[in-house]
Amino acid sequence: MNHSISLTVNGARRDFVLDDPRVTLLDLLRERLHLTGTKKGCDRGQCGACTVLVDGKRINSCLALAISHDGADILTIEGIARGDQLHPVQAAFIAHDGFQCGFCTPGQVMSAIGMMGEGQAGNDPERIRECMSGNLCRCGAYAGIVDAVLDAQGQMDESDQRRSA
Amino acid sequence: MKPFDYVRPATVTEAVAAAAQPGAVYLAAGTNLLDLMKGGVSRPDRLVDVTHLDGLDGIERLADGSLRIGALVSNADLAHDADFARSYPAVAEALLSGASAQLRNAATVGGNLLQRTRCAYFYDTASRCNKREAGSGCDARGGENRTHAVLGWSESCIATHPSDFCVPLVALGAVVEIEGRAGRREIALDELHRLPGDTPERESALEPGDLIVAVRLPPAAREFAPHARYLKVRERTSYAFAVVSAAAALRIENGRIAEARLALGGVAAKPWRASAAEDVLKGVAPTTDAFQEAAWRALTDAKPSGDNAFKIELARRIVVRALTLAAAGTPARLPALPASPFASTSGAIHA
Repeated sequence: MNHSISLTVNGARRDFVLDDPRVTLLDLLRERLHLTGTKKGCDRGQCGACTVLVDGKRINSCLALAISHDGADILTIEGIARGDQLHPVQAAFIAHDGFQCGFCTPGQVMSAIGMMGEGQAGNDPERIRECMSGNLCRCGAYAGIVDAVLDAQGQMDESDQRRSA
Repeated sequence: MKPFDYVRPATVTEAVAAAAQPGAVYLAAGTNLLDLMKGGVSRPDRLVDVTHLDGLDGIERLADGSLRIGALVSNADLAHDADFARSYPAVAEALLSGASAQLRNAATVGGNLLQRTRCAYFYDTASRCNKREAGSGCDARGGENRTHAVLGWSESCIATHPSDFCVPLVALGAVVEIEGRAGRREIALDELHRLPGDTPERESALEPGDLIVAVRLPPAAREFAPHARYLKVRERTSYAFAVVSAAAALRIENGRIAEARLALGGVAAKPWRASAAEDVLKGVAPTTDAFQEAAWRALTDAKPSGDNAFKIELARRIVVRALTLAAAGTPARLPALPASPFASTSGAIHA
């Protein structure tokens, strides 16, 4: 039996016909939309490489059935830059060497953006490590990741203050 | 993953009818179920998706002072609800000590209650497991079992229930609202999960089609807010299941404990309410001696199920420390590392 669903992905509405309900959101993004920035690491919700924002909240797309998210608004790593201008979190990862091989990086970046939206981390490195614990980095670039997130959070706080001033 | 039919009911009544069929299971966020299905541990024929049902995602204060939490409220939304965290701080701390931020954003209240054990032999389909396949045997009993049960286990099964959320909930006397084929009913959370006995494949009191629609905290649960903590020892500081955990809540009047609540996690197939220990604390001053006596009572019936005798002593110490922290007072802010004995802001005192 075919199932029709529609999603908004990086601002554009996309319609799909699924001939099998087993398709995860991760596989839909990678195989149907060829948005391969979102990575398949463990495929079991343990590594965080597949992190995307769904309706503004970070989740593991490997443990989400696409069919169950009919109507959802999805933001992936491909949707955060403005043209050639990187998102502040992306720029901070480069500035602070927040990666080595880069495989976990899209998930780390999306998780950091989600965390800032949750407003739970602030400028406390211990909180950032706790709130980012769902993203593993096998190269061990954690020190750079924490520095990058602190820096990006600071920049975004400043720009918020400028806007409200 | 085995193929399955997907059903999206429009009402709770339709959902119950669809899920009452053999081989059908409910799908909420799927953070545990999809993992189990990918591993071939769960092999449902039909998924009944309840995530689009109306009216199951609210947090509501009732006229009598109890709190009703819809089954589809996410773990993160509940923990970060300011009124909830103020009124039931140990529950918020337990929620935030579980899983990762991504999983907490997706995982639901009802799903958390019904998550399956993390016993590695249950997960490994090449191993014998009475819970996964009734009557096949238990490879955990003679295997790697240092994290397994020390209370309420049987020769058939030594698995533990992995939930953090359930531990303070059961201590605070939470009630589960269930919609079933015969209509609405409610049971104490303490009666939802079953001990294994000879039938570890039957994990809960739920019947086919039963849907958890809400969890309710009774009016008295709020009275423990000034003295309530959750403490959890894990193999790593974050994103790990409990080796042992404890929820402690006290009502202190005129320097004495008017009422105590205590439950343990990671020790049994259900969140373990330690009623005998609660009785010991009633009417006494909150001293280390009293807490040690309570800890002794809480673990009186404990026995190792394998290489896990250490968990009994660990559980006693966690009980004393959780009670000590609760007596000192709920901190104004949740610690940076929720429920961790290593949290720099926990103000923890070694028991």
